[in-house]
Amino acid sequence: MFAFIVRRVLQAIVVMGVIAFIGFSVQHSIGDPVRDMVGERVSLAEREAIRDQLGLNDPVPIQFGRFCWKALHGDLGISYFHKRPALDVILSKAPATLELVFGATVIILVFCFPVGIYTAIRPRAWLSRFVMAVSTVGVAVPVFLTAIVLIYIFGVELRWLPTYGRGETVALGGWDTGLLTADGLLHLILPSVALSSIMLPLYIRLIRSEMMEVLETEYIKFAWAKGLSRWRIWLLHAFKNTLLPVITVFGVEIGILFAFTLLTETVFQWQGMGFMFLEAVERSDTALLVAYLVVVGVMFVVINTLVDICYGLVNPMVRVAGNP
Amino acid sequence: MNAWRRLRKSYFLYSFRRDPVALASFAIFFFLVLVSLFAPVIAPHNPYDTSTIDVMDAEIPPAWMAGGDARFWLGTDIQGRDLYSTMLYGLRTSVAIGIGAVLFQGILGIVVGLTAGYAGGRVDSFLMRVADIQFSIPYLIVAIITSAIFQLAFGLGRFEQLAMPLLIVIIGISEWPKYARTVRASVLGEKQKEYVEAARVIGLNPARIMYRHILPNTLTPVLVISTIQVAQAVMSEAALSFLGLGMPVTKPSLGSLIKAGFQYVFSGSWWITTFPGMLLVTFTLVVILFGDWLRDVLNPKLYKG
Amino acid sequence: MTHLLEVENLNVRFALRFGDLTAIDGISFHLDRKEKLGIVGESGAGKSVTGFAIINLLSKPGYIAGGRIRFEGREIHRLSAEALRQIRGNRISMIFQDPMMTLNPVLTIGTQMVETVRAHRRVSKAEARTLALEKLQKVYIPSPEKRLDQYPHEMSGGMRQRIVIAIALLTDPALIIADEPTTALDVTIQAGIMELLGELCATEEMGLILITHDLAVVSQVTERIAVMYAGQIIETGSTAEIVARPRHPYTIGLINSLPGTRRAGSRLEQIPGMMPVLTAIPEGCAFHPRCFLAAPECRAARPDLTPVNGARQWAACHRLDQTAQPNLLKDSTSRP
Repeated sequence: MFAFIVRRVLQAIVVMGVIAFIGFSVQHSIGDPVRDMVGERVSLAEREAIRDQLGLNDPVPIQFGRFCWKALHGDLGISYFHKRPALDVILSKAPATLELVFGATVIILVFCFPVGIYTAIRPRAWLSRFVMAVSTVGVAVPVFLTAIVLIYIFGVELRWLPTYGRGETVALGGWDTGLLTADGLLHLILPSVALSSIMLPLYIRLIRSEMMEVLETEYIKFAWAKGLSRWRIWLLHAFKNTLLPVITVFGVEIGILFAFTLLTETVFQWQGMGFMFLEAVERSDTALLVAYLVVVGVMFVVINTLVDICYGLVNPMVRVAGNP
Repeated sequence: MNAWRRLRKSYFLYSFRRDPVALASFAIFFFLVLVSLFAPVIAPHNPYDTSTIDVMDAEIPPAWMAGGDARFWLGTDIQGRDLYSTMLYGLRTSVAIGIGAVLFQGILGIVVGLTAGYAGGRVDSFLMRVADIQFSIPYLIVAIITSAIFQLAFGLGRFEQLAMPLLIVIIGISEWPKYARTVRASVLGEKQKEYVEAARVIGLNPARIMYRHILPNTLTPVLVISTIQVAQAVMSEAALSFLGLGMPVTKPSLGSLIKAGFQYVFSGSWWITTFPGMLLVTFTLVVILFGDWLRDVLNPKLYKG
Repeated sequence: MTHLLEVENLNVRFALRFGDLTAIDGISFHLDRKEKLGIVGESGAGKSVTGFAIINLLSKPGYIAGGRIRFEGREIHRLSAEALRQIRGNRISMIFQDPMMTLNPVLTIGTQMVETVRAHRRVSKAEARTLALEKLQKVYIPSPEKRLDQYPHEMSGGMRQRIVIAIALLTDPALIIADEPTTALDVTIQAGIMELLGELCATEEMGLILITHDLAVVSQVTERIAVMYAGQIIETGSTAEIVARPRHPYTIGLINSLPGTRRAGSRLEQIPGMMPVLTAIPEGCAFHPRCFLAAPECRAARPDLTPVNGARQWAACHRLDQTAQPNLLKDSTSRP
């Protein structure tokens, strides 16, 4: 087990090195730190002096080493536009994105289980057929179209919900949260619904198909033959067996939600990391772009490594718990 | 001729004929592909021909609405282009990118998967590690970051010029691991079988065994995921273009049309986004439905992951 | 007089898109407490469907299309869902074929036993647990206290089947339906389980329906048997009589194909052909295409169950005069 963890961590370090190298190459070939520092109105000679001073004329491996060393200390360069350390800019935008992912996850969790179970135990009911039809179409509708439709219905026509920005936020330590004010929560509703629409149909279908498979098993038939109540059979015997494969997939797909925040944030002008990133691209803010690349890369590597290690730890226990 | 007769008698065609959803979705798919192929012939206007576009015609509603113009039955967009023609050209671009990207990722993934599966050992574990690592980062993130880097590297003007081939490469790069894993899994399955053993015993060279004997047997799962991947690629293109990282507004694709109309939806010009949006949903939906059917019928053991 | 279980003219069908398929075609039998009935036949004959029909637990799209099942004087398929639930696992228990699949993998043995008791009795968890322990001892499970907290996969197949039997006993049922209870087990364990079932039937005063394809097993345990073929009972009566003097050609074939009836080293007999599928059951006697005595009338009309051997035995065959000849059995001396 220990060997497994070590191997997995070593591998993660190698991957982070690769990410750092990609980030470095982008910065090295595209970025212009001199412009970032002093702007364009400086003579060539002065530029050259600054380049020397910054070590930009050093051999590439040394520069890469310096890049990694600085990155390890949290220095990912200065954002050209914000005139602040890039990492600070990203971290200040992170709460917005994480709250959006959180909101969408809550919506998914609240709806996918009851709906998935219902459509599994009543596959022929008209409501189930309707849900399945909607979820089939839902998979094909891009998240930004869902978002536009939501804004049109609830923002423009009905005027029930705010459609852009985060509303009122409260600083909680270093964390700017919109979860504690009524206004912030109202602003969170539409973006979260839009974001959840991308995964909810997939989860409903997954839970439904897993549950239907379980309902066909001998042990469920035996549970009926034992004269148990239907709710105990559905919610304990069948559901508990459905849960294991679903949880496995759930961890992986949270990352996909994160990817789709970029689209959601754009439509709703949600001031998160994705919105910031696209602004950075528009403004050719290379340092910020590279910092984003490194942060996101490291985030995924860390999450995946942790998930893998947890899974490795849990796996023997899963076997004990009887997952065949 | 013989193959055709065999196909006509096959279970494949039989179940296709009996499934109205499969039939309808394939018919619509086929129709849309034809339309996009012949867009220059069908479309009444050419959105690339700036001489025929008049900004005075901008934001004209569809012909059946008050203020509509009989020349533009679905209305015009903000630059005064005929929306119907622009959509046809946009579909053409989207489909071309979708199919191109799938070809690109397919070839890349198949080569990697075949090599890994057949060579085994260190080559296998190295290639699959790379695939695993990329697979653990959502394809959309990979695509977005890659195109952002490309955009900065090439500069906006040059990126817009090269947008189409670049998008094919970007979407291709972001999705190849799926093919690599699928192909590798089925190569490992095929390798166990006697006919490969027999081919090796009679002294055929490995490359020949791989391409002439193993590859054909891995094509079923490849075909199945390819259908879904086309839908995925078209949606990726739309997402990238919507973010401003894909096709520029001057080169219409479904995504860039939706983006262009997005700001005007709420001020009343709903059609600029709605019609391309509906076309996009229809296209991806029929491809997904057809892909689902294909998967159920061919039922290969897909690599889950 | 009423029996514990009376099945009259039972008809089970499967509703399919292109029409209904008849799986059970008008079978009748009855059973009393302490009585053991074997239902024998090849797979697809409708044995298991019969078992599930008795507790009205047919898998979709199966349904009871006709006939009556009366248990303790009540008609099963007229009962409400709740009344039926109270019979299942309470008055009638079932034992399934594969103990590896029967127990829920993610719940402990204790949970699965306690819930059964508490589905039918108003008792505390502790009381239910005590009862579970008692029944585990009855089926000779070593260290039952420990077993209650274990998961099914921590035990061997034979052990699991004993636990399934213990679950079946929990509520002191009047009837146990055992569907191929030993087929999935090692031969060495089979005998023990069968012996246990027979013994419990006597001590607990239960009726037992033993559904199996294995005529040898049935002849060891049961007093009466019903031989099924293509959804019909084609021969029934006392086990001893039927094994000694089978009158239906199919039963004769079954007995001849038992390994025990032949000298070592000689070829095993087999009945030519296959059981018909439900979509293509032959006209007349369903067995005639495989029958060595088939005559034109067998093709024309279906034979009814006719009493033979002083009504200790009933067989559905047009050629009963032919099947009375003792030389049809290959080796009547070496049989147990």
